[in-house]
Amino acid sequence: MATAQQTAGPYWHMIDFPEWADTTRFGDEGPRITLTGVIRDGAGAPVTDAMVEIWHADPAGRYDAAFQGFGRCRTDAEGRFRFTTLKPGPVPGRGNAMQAPHVLVAIFARGLMRHLLTRLYFAGEPLNETDPLLALVPEARRPSLIARESAPGVWTLDIRLQGEGETVFLEV
Amino acid sequence: MSDPTPYAPHAPGSQPPLDAPAYGSTHKRHPKLAPIRAPLTLTEATSPRLTPERFPPEADMSRVNGKDALGQRIIVGGRVLDEAGRPVPHAMVEVWQANAAGRYHHPGDTHDAPLDPNFLGRARLFTDAEGWYRYTTIQPGAYPWRNHHNAWRPVHIHYSLFGAGFAQRMVTQMYFPGDPLLPLDPIFNAVPDEAARDRLIARFDLELTVPEWALGYRFDIVLRGPAATPFEEDHA
Repeated sequence: MATAQQTAGPYWHMIDFPEWADTTRFGDEGPRITLTGVIRDGAGAPVTDAMVEIWHADPAGRYDAAFQGFGRCRTDAEGRFRFTTLKPGPVPGRGNAMQAPHVLVAIFARGLMRHLLTRLYFAGEPLNETDPLLALVPEARRPSLIARESAPGVWTLDIRLQGEGETVFLEV
Repeated sequence: MSDPTPYAPHAPGSQPPLDAPAYGSTHKRHPKLAPIRAPLTLTEATSPRLTPERFPPEADMSRVNGKDALGQRIIVGGRVLDEAGRPVPHAMVEVWQANAAGRYHHPGDTHDAPLDPNFLGRARLFTDAEGWYRYTTIQPGAYPWRNHHNAWRPVHIHYSLFGAGFAQRMVTQMYFPGDPLLPLDPIFNAVPDEAARDRLIARFDLELTVPEWALGYRFDIVLRGPAATPFEEDHA
């Protein structure tokens, strides 16, 4: 039996290192993108004390390359997270499936007894139409996983922990 | 390429629910809709390469700039394993905690207890090839919180762990034996299974204790392990 999880609590910033929000800081080449969004609770209030982590493949869709692909970021006073990274490529799925480019997102916070997992996809990717995970999500809820390019190179996806427009969370 | 082996689902009662009514902060933060059960892919079966070169370890919280922090010096050590009993080697472990007076070195902590200039309260470690880890620190203090009238958190140290797959990622808290606050704590008691709660409590360990120097506590951590093979599942 795996050890029980416990909340990260309000003081997790003890392990916040702002430079971790930039996955390219070890010298990766390629066009930078920004991943950003606001996290809100069931009352629509911004979640201002969350720890957000991302993990994704490199632009060629590889997880075993030199690219770090991992970032950590705090939400600010407006509940906003902001990462600088490279846009991932398509990643092989189970069987012969191909997954659309995506970013795994983990959210830890006071009031979350264990972290939440979700994914960020990119609007306009043709593979979104056949992505095996998106296919499991009721169509009406898919927009909660698909970031929009709100400015050139800036991909925005707001996250709702509870209530209207609740984000799709994953169990793997 | 063969598909990654799925992880076993968590044992019933071993993990706290997201909706834990006695812990007030969960009320507006727990999702109300069921999660989507997603197949395990490379995304969740792989994990970032967190190497000591890129993430330098620091395993001694008991002093800052050569000056000793105040409080009871302790050594905490143990092993990180998966549910199949295999060691998790070279895993990055982060820990953070309050000082001996029960105060975090954190701007959000307004508890009327002294800060210690010689105590920061965070460390970063890597397990060795056999899954062992160890660090030196100061026994943290209990502190009040506003969850309910006269609420106090039991003495604890926060842990963050990375396994070989992001699906094994875990954040938890380690508690100390004999703490009278444990039966009263909504966070600890959100874990339904008593045996699972007990495993969050470190035990005093004379083997880890260093004579004339520091008390030792043992805390082992188990990350998720592989699911049974389809054959075993079919015949369970």
